[in-house]
Amino acid sequence: MKAFSYERAANPAAAAARAAQVPGSKFVAGGTNLLDLMKLEIETPVHLIDVNGLGLDKIVETPEGGLRIGALVRNTDLAAHERVRRDYGVLTRALVAGASGQLRNKATTAGNLLQRTRCPYFYDTAQPCNKRTPGAGCAALGVGAFSRQLGIIGTSDACIATHPSDMAVALRALDAVVETVTSVGATRRIPLEEFYRLPGDTPERETVLMEGEIITAVTLPPPVGGRHAYYKARDRASYAFALVSVALVRQADGAGRVALGGVAPMPWRAAEADAELPNGAHAVMARLLHGARPTEENAFKITLAERTLAGMLAED
Amino acid sequence: MEFNEPAGQNIFDRATIVGKPHQRIEGPLKVTGTAPYAYERHDVVAGQLVGYPVGSTIAKGRITSIDASVARSAPGVVAVVTTLEIDPLPLGFLNVARLFGGNEVQHYHQAIAVVVAETLEQARAAAALVKVTYEQEKADFDLDAAFERLQGTGKPSTDVGDFDTAFANAPVTLDEMYRTPSHSHAMMEPHASIVDWSDGDRLTVWTSNQMINWNRGSLATTFGLDKEKVRVESPYVGGGFGGKLWLRADEVLAALGSRAARRPVKLALPRPFMMNNTTHRSATVQRIRLGATKDGKLTAIGHEVASHTLPGGRGEDATAQTPYFYAGANRRIIHHLVDMNLPESSDMRAPGEASGLMALEIAMDEMAEKLGIDPVRFRILNDTQLNPSDPKVPFSERHFVECLERGAEAFGWTNRNKTPGRKRDGTWLIGHGMAGAYRGGPTLDSGARVRLNAGRLVVETDMTDIGTGSYTIIAQTAAETMGLPMDAVEVRLGNSAYPVASGSGGQFGAASSTAGVYAACLALQRQIAKRLDVENPRFENGHVRAGNTVVSLAQVSADQELVAEDTMTFGDFKKSLLLATFGAHFVEVGVHAGTGEVRVRRMVAVCDAGRILNPVTARSQVIGGMAMGVGAALSEELATDLGRGFFVNHDLASYEVAVHADIPHQEVIFLDTTDASSTPLKAKGVGELGLCGVAAAVANAAYNATGIRVRDYPITLDKMIERLPAV
Repeated sequence: MKAFSYERAANPAAAAARAAQVPGSKFVAGGTNLLDLMKLEIETPVHLIDVNGLGLDKIVETPEGGLRIGALVRNTDLAAHERVRRDYGVLTRALVAGASGQLRNKATTAGNLLQRTRCPYFYDTAQPCNKRTPGAGCAALGVGAFSRQLGIIGTSDACIATHPSDMAVALRALDAVVETVTSVGATRRIPLEEFYRLPGDTPERETVLMEGEIITAVTLPPPVGGRHAYYKARDRASYAFALVSVALVRQADGAGRVALGGVAPMPWRAAEADAELPNGAHAVMARLLHGARPTEENAFKITLAERTLAGMLAED
Repeated sequence: MEFNEPAGQNIFDRATIVGKPHQRIEGPLKVTGTAPYAYERHDVVAGQLVGYPVGSTIAKGRITSIDASVARSAPGVVAVVTTLEIDPLPLGFLNVARLFGGNEVQHYHQAIAVVVAETLEQARAAAALVKVTYEQEKADFDLDAAFERLQGTGKPSTDVGDFDTAFANAPVTLDEMYRTPSHSHAMMEPHASIVDWSDGDRLTVWTSNQMINWNRGSLATTFGLDKEKVRVESPYVGGGFGGKLWLRADEVLAALGSRAARRPVKLALPRPFMMNNTTHRSATVQRIRLGATKDGKLTAIGHEVASHTLPGGRGEDATAQTPYFYAGANRRIIHHLVDMNLPESSDMRAPGEASGLMALEIAMDEMAEKLGIDPVRFRILNDTQLNPSDPKVPFSERHFVECLERGAEAFGWTNRNKTPGRKRDGTWLIGHGMAGAYRGGPTLDSGARVRLNAGRLVVETDMTDIGTGSYTIIAQTAAETMGLPMDAVEVRLGNSAYPVASGSGGQFGAASSTAGVYAACLALQRQIAKRLDVENPRFENGHVRAGNTVVSLAQVSADQELVAEDTMTFGDFKKSLLLATFGAHFVEVGVHAGTGEVRVRRMVAVCDAGRILNPVTARSQVIGGMAMGVGAALSEELATDLGRGFFVNHDLASYEVAVHADIPHQEVIFLDTTDASSTPLKAKGVGELGLCGVAAAVANAAYNATGIRVRDYPITLDKMIERLPAV
């Protein structure tokens, strides 16, 4: 861990301004991912701006009947919230499928969205990684590399890492919107669909957030009804990242939404795939995973995604 | 005292403390966080600095330069020692990888420098500033390719009868390949030590190690010291599983750092070093050939294995059980040790049998199916009371058949669905499987000292407690032998100032160390008898009784502490017998019909391991072994990067051991057996037996659930998903 300075921010706009003012600064909230990465010197901020005191830990109803979730709402509290459980069940299910009880007690809504990939080569600073060191190369694409957990779609020749969040997959299915304050004090509303960037040649740039910009809330549109399900296929029953996860919201008429985790650098959903839901899992995945470029080791994820969804539809 | 013939009737046959359930006596210390583990011993020596290692980032080659100048001037840094500054250190006992010194790199994360600073954060930050250049060399990491190359060559370790003819003529045969991946011990407490070598003369080590005397000897060898100048303490060990049998880099780096800084240094290996710097269980590639008569008698057993090692190592001999477990007149067994440039492979819980039974017990299941015989029945048919590779030698005690029968009954085996893929519970396909378990029953010489003072007994031995319950069973043994209550006995372990004991490993610890304590107690009894000038004394209820003499032990030792010491040695008579432990595992799994995820739903184990010294701690050992077996079956794999030559998943998030949610109800049944040829307590080890065969029972249950046979561990969903029926 490199030495760093530290301050507590007074309000979101001040935090954003300060972050833009100090190059190499980072916000810290729960710290469940950032502190690990700092110990490994994968993240080397020179300055930490503690945002825990910003009062962004409330969940309130929006005038439209949706929910506005403060950026600092802990994963545990979000999962347990009565309205979330009643109207956005897919979100509660995704949250409790992630991490462990202790981590969920610390991890925040915004921090969860911004967590870094768990690609093992990203985590080993002795290995080349374009996400860590742009232009260094990608060890995960090397001959004989271990890529079983990694991405199959949306990836690039520079990076095949996945986004590890479960929560984000559910939020994607719910058409969540990220609210921010920029370094000049302006507010932005970014649909989650547009929040993450594909790696392309610049896998180090993971979101559309600008220098200093801080997430203040995530809003959910009014409930869409339907049956909510989240299935996370994994090698052990708890405390494991998804091989594939499926968020499903399904209406009585068979229409609905499907988002995937564990397959791409962002939660993976496509409107044209949602439209195939009445035609079954195969039709959905034919659209949703069209153009997938798996490695030999993770090609099974294509079958797994389809079978996971098929199982969920069969249970419904 | 020599144990030179089978024990006759003795006090342990009418025991009131040994063999009875006792909670572990050090439990309150552990649950209150006050048991002193190595890294937390802030009080043992003042002025501790913190060390942090630098690991090689290539698998094989030479270091051409190390620039530590920036690190040396970093904040808080007191000393930096690089491997180029000292000659290669001599290897400690059974170590094969060079722990430090010289420019040769033998494996990834080999320790090549240590940074010593005032704080952990300073040492860690400075370690990242050490710049190293290498000359990389071509290396080999592909075990499958090695097996292909070596298959059919080499001298068998066992070649009995005429395997080729018997196999060729057998009416029913099986010939399959099996694979087990490399495993990490993944113990909770990493390798950690505090070392004081600040005067460059006397070396004192507070560490986490299973074998105090080996460790002391290895330190003396490594640093060219008189053994008398080396002191080692390891009273508590937060898991070892064989990974802490040896001297490792934590002690070496802390010692070198202490000498350089002239202050004590503490150092814990960072988690990634557990996988790539310390030892691991080697992967295996196994070919098993079985031939049988139509009525299910095995006639031919062939087992050919390859495992990897650094030159001079022992690899993972997965054939360990095959000479002995099942009857059959013809067998050929060979283990190819393949030199590879991966980190050092060595012993992990039940080395050999754990991996061997993962394969052999699937093969037995497959063979039973081919024969149309129930797998339990098939094993019973091929039971033997004689060493099948040397029929002059009988087993001392073997109750394998009883294990199978008791387990089948407790599990409800006969009610299972016998046709694979036919039983369902909602979205889950339900399967049942079983496997046999075999593990040797070794003993090692073991010593102890006892001190009686005002009626309280202190036991001192360098035996370790690696979470197994040594403290408790040693207290029970001493209390039973001396006729004292448990709370009158204090046990002190894990210190080189105490008599040399067996240590903990190879499931020899419990049987050996309690025998040593018994020997020391008998020496004390003789001393007391002499002091009182009585013959044939009995020790009971805190008193010694002989004829008309009745004296309390408090009185005997009122004016003077009585001290006695002895070592139990084990005589040659054991060589005419085969001592082993046996078991049977029964498992129910659910396989998700959509995803192919396998989850264990129910487990029963039956163990035949001689007298169970304490059913509470023994059960904990067995259920822990069963949990480890579930990990081996379903998720544990050190993923090897075949291009770069290292274990990629080097943390506890990505090396997936079983977690609580993976472990269902576990039932453990101990057969009420004794083995008089093992020790005076008639006990054998059980801690490794609990792991043996578990993974195969899970594998066989997964087959029964799906009809898909996976012979390549771990049984992850990707190995089944393309063959599962449509959802």
